Amino acid sequence: MTVSILHRVTGSGMATVGVIVFLWWLGALAAGERDYARFMDLLTVKSGAPNIAGYILGIGLTLSFFQHMMTGIRHFVMDAGAAFELKANKSFAVLTVVVSVLLTAALWGYITYDQLKAAPAGNAPIAVETK
Amino acid sequence: MGNGTHIGRVRGLGAAHEGAHHWVTQRLTAGSNLLLMLWLIVSLVRLPELSYGVVQSWLSSPWAAVPMILLVISVFNHFRLGLQVVIEDYQHDETRIVLMSLLNYFTIAAGTFAIFSILKVAFTGAAA
Repeated sequence: MTVSILHRVTGSGMATVGVIVFLWWLGALAAGERDYARFMDLLTVKSGAPNIAGYILGIGLTLSFFQHMMTGIRHFVMDAGAAFELKANKSFAVLTVVVSVLLTAALWGYITYDQLKAAPAGNAPIAVETK
Repeated sequence: MGNGTHIGRVRGLGAAHEGAHHWVTQRLTAGSNLLLMLWLIVSLVRLPELSYGVVQSWLSSPWAAVPMILLVISVFNHFRLGLQVVIEDYQHDETRIVLMSLLNYFTIAAGTFAIFSILKVAFTGAAA
């Protein structure tokens, strides 16, 4: 039941908050360089890394997406008539949360790693965060 | 066929032959959402940075603009159907009709805005 509610909450959240951010991003991109820079300033610091709002929205939306994706896949399996046994059903439900958290962590780990690798091309040590 | 109870009024009329449409479309768009959203996430993460120049020249390629438009069509249809179910489940009086209308206006307006923006970038932003 919990994951069914999670499916609704994440879906409704992405359909509202996610869509607004998405439209803002596309609209700013279409409007031109200045508007796009203003949009990015709201969500990132100078180096291009996310600021607090960027992290909350970014991690919130990607976690919502992966959770919705996993419970969606669960719905597909159950539509096929499988995984209705109590135990299998329960483990599958728990698995959706575990996998979505892991996928989100992997994605943001990769993004952070990529930024640290790319950012200070000079002689600064690689792992220093400048914020 | 009586005119008393709800069941009495519909008994004998047979199926409306559109009962599965909502359900099937929800699943069809779920499948295309899965592919298109994973494409979007991987594409954005693989861009060297999300600066104006990089994102704009990426989206001006047909290989990005077309899947992006397909994504908008698929995702927006999917969320319209999903929010419809949420409204149907929790709103039972006249607010249901108001919310349902707002949902349809919102989806179509937002979808048009998104597709127009993508096309504008695609048609005007060809990198020299």
